[in-house]
Amino acid sequence: MTAADGFFYIFSAICVASAFMVIAARNPVHSVLFLILAFVNAAGLFMLLGAEFLAMILIVVYVGAVAVLFLFVVMMLDVDFAVLKQGFLQYLPVGALVGAVVLIELVLVVGGWTLAPAGSRVLGSATPAGISNTAALGRILYTQYIYFFQAAGFILLTAMIGSIVLTLRHKVGVKRQNISEQNLRDRHKAVTLRKVPSRAGL
Amino acid sequence: MTDGSVLSVILKIIESLALVVGLLIYVAYVLLADRKIWAAVQLRRGPNVVGPFGLLQSFADLLKFVFKEPIIPASANKGVFLLAPLVTGALAISAWAVIPIDQDWVISNLNVGILYIFAVSSLGVYGVIMAGWASNSKYPFLAALRSAAQMVSYEVSIGFVLVTVLLCAGSLNLTDIVNAQNTAYGVFGWYWLPLFPMFIIFFISALAETNRPPFDLVEAESELVAGFMVEYSSSAYMLFMLGEYVAIVSMCAMTAVLFLGGWLSPIPFAPFTWVPGIIWFVLKASAVFFMFAMVKAFVPRYRYDQLMRLGWKVFLPISLVCVVVVAGVLQVTGWGGLPH
Amino acid sequence: MRLDQAARSLFLTEFLGAFALSMRYFFKPKRTLNYPHEKNPQSPRYRGEHALRRYPNGEERCIACKLCEAICPAQAITIEAGPRRNDGTRRTTRYDIDMVKCIYCGLCQEACPVDAIVEGPNAEFSVETREELLYDKQKLLDNGDRWEREIARNIAMDAPYR
Repeated sequence: MTAADGFFYIFSAICVASAFMVIAARNPVHSVLFLILAFVNAAGLFMLLGAEFLAMILIVVYVGAVAVLFLFVVMMLDVDFAVLKQGFLQYLPVGALVGAVVLIELVLVVGGWTLAPAGSRVLGSATPAGISNTAALGRILYTQYIYFFQAAGFILLTAMIGSIVLTLRHKVGVKRQNISEQNLRDRHKAVTLRKVPSRAGL
Repeated sequence: MTDGSVLSVILKIIESLALVVGLLIYVAYVLLADRKIWAAVQLRRGPNVVGPFGLLQSFADLLKFVFKEPIIPASANKGVFLLAPLVTGALAISAWAVIPIDQDWVISNLNVGILYIFAVSSLGVYGVIMAGWASNSKYPFLAALRSAAQMVSYEVSIGFVLVTVLLCAGSLNLTDIVNAQNTAYGVFGWYWLPLFPMFIIFFISALAETNRPPFDLVEAESELVAGFMVEYSSSAYMLFMLGEYVAIVSMCAMTAVLFLGGWLSPIPFAPFTWVPGIIWFVLKASAVFFMFAMVKAFVPRYRYDQLMRLGWKVFLPISLVCVVVVAGVLQVTGWGGLPH
Repeated sequence: MRLDQAARSLFLTEFLGAFALSMRYFFKPKRTLNYPHEKNPQSPRYRGEHALRRYPNGEERCIACKLCEAICPAQAITIEAGPRRNDGTRRTTRYDIDMVKCIYCGLCQEACPVDAIVEGPNAEFSVETREELLYDKQKLLDNGDRWEREIARNIAMDAPYR
C-alpha cells in the first residue's frame, strides 16, 4: 500500500463519515460544518486523482462561497430539528420506498451508461502529457463544450437577475445613502473659515 | 512531487518546520512593527519596555496569553468554540505551503498554487463565523454576519485580479508567475506597472480580506466591542491573533509574488543579483506590510454600506473590465506568458 | 467637478496626501513621557493628596471650624472638635477623610480660613486595600510634614492670583 492509497482511505472514510453526520447531527449548524468537512475531503480525493484544478475550485466555490451563505442562513433561521424529526418513524416506510426507487433508477441509468467517444480519449490520462490539468480543462471547456459552458453561464445569470428583480424594491420615503455624493463633498464645501471680530459676532 | 521515500518525507517535514518557525518569528516582529508604526504616526513611542526598544514585547505577550486562564462561556457551543481558533490558525499557516520564498524554495510547488492560496484564504472566513456563532452572544454573532458578507464580497474582486495576473504569466504556479516577471527591466518589468489598477485593487481587497483597518468592521471597537473575539481569552485568543497576522503576512507575500517580482532583484545586474533572493522577498513583503500598517494609521474606518459599495460597485466592474482588456491585449499582441 | 473628483480618486491623491502627512508625523519627536522616569510639569494649583499643615512652631493649624466638613460636596470629611483650650482656641480630636468618596474638587482648601487642610502635589498614593484610603488625622498630619516644603512653595506661587 502506498502513501496515496493510505490517503485515499483516510479521505474517503472521513468523507463518508461526515456525510453521514450531516444527516445525523442534531444541530443544523453542525450539519453544515460536517457538510463542509465532506466537501474538503472530496477535494482531497480529487487531488489524489490528479484533478488539482477541480479540487481547488470545489473548495473555492462550494466551501468558500456557497457553504458560507448556507451556514449564514442556517445560523439565522434557528431551525429546530427535534420538531422536524418528530414524525421520522411514521414516514420511514414511504421514505424507504422513495429511496429504493431512486436507487433502482440510478442503477439502471449507470448500467446503461456509455462514454462519449471523445470523452474516452480524454479519460485515458488524468493529465494529458505536456500540459497542465488546468490548461487541458480549459481547452476542452472553451472548444468542444463552449455552448454548454455559455448556456450554464446564462442560466446562472438569469437566476441572479431573477433574484435581484424579486427582491429589489425602491420604497418611497426611505432615506438612502448616496455615497458618491458624500465623497464629492470636500473641505471647501463643508467648512468656511471666517475671521470673527472681537465683541461683534457674525 | 518527489519520489515519496522516507528520507524525502523527513526532509519535507524539516523544511516545513523551518518555514513555520521562521514565519512565526517574522510574525512576532511584524506584530511589534504594526504597533510601533501605528504609535509613531500618532506621536507615541509604542511598546518599548520589554527588551531593547521593546523587541521582546511579542514574546512577553505570548507568555502572558499562554499563562492566562482560558474561559469558555457556559452557554457556548464548546466544540465549535474551541475549533474556531484552531481553524483560523491552521488555515493561515497552511497557505505558506505553496508560497515560494526563493527560486525552488517552496514546500510544495503546486501547479495550481494561486488557486490553493485563494481557496485557503476563502476558508479563513470559517474561523470567524464559527467563533461568532459558537460564542452564543450578540456582538460575536453580528461580527460573524458582517465578516461572512465582507469576505465573500472581496474574494470576488481578488479572484478577478488573480485572473489578470495569471493571464499575463500564463500559469497558475507561483514560481512560474515570479519567473515570468524576470525581465531585463528589473523593477519596471514586474506586474505592478502594467497591471497598476489591479495592484491597487488587490492591495485594498487584501486589507478587506484580512479584516485590517479601514475594513475591520468585524472587530470594530466602537460598535461591536471586539467583534467575534469578545468571548475569547488566553491561548484561544492568541491563536486568533496569530492566524490574523499570519494571514496578513501571507497577503503581503502574495502581493510581493504577484506584483513585485517575488525574490527577484529590483535592479537586474551584478552586485544586486548576488543578494540571496529570500532577502529581496522579505524586504518586499515587509514594504507591503509597512503600507498595511500605515493605512491602519491614517485611513478612517469605513461604514458597512460604503464597504459593500466599494466591493460590488467599484472593484467588481473595474476588475471585470480589466480582465477583458488584459485578455484582449494579450491576444492581439501575443505578449506575456512563459514560452509554450 | 465630477470629472475632477473621478481623476483625483483614480490617482489616489487623497491617499497619497494622507500618506505624506502621516510620514511627516512618523519622524516627528514623540510626545510620550517615559512616566515613572519622566514627568509632566505640575501646576501650583494641582489638587492631589490631602494634608494637614502645622505652623512653623509645630502647632496644628486646624482650629476645628468644620467649614471644610460643611462644604465638602462628597461628604468625605468627618470632624470632631475637642473642648476649648486655655488660649481660647479649639483643636480637633478627630479629622477623617474618606479618600474613596473624595472627588478632589479642592473646596475644603478654599474654605479653610487658616490654610490647614490643603491638597498637595502628590498624586502617587495608590494602595492595595480600601481601608488604607480612609485617612485619619495622624495620616493627614504626617502628609503635611512630608510635603510641607512643596505645599508652602505652591501656596506662595499661587498667592498673587488670589
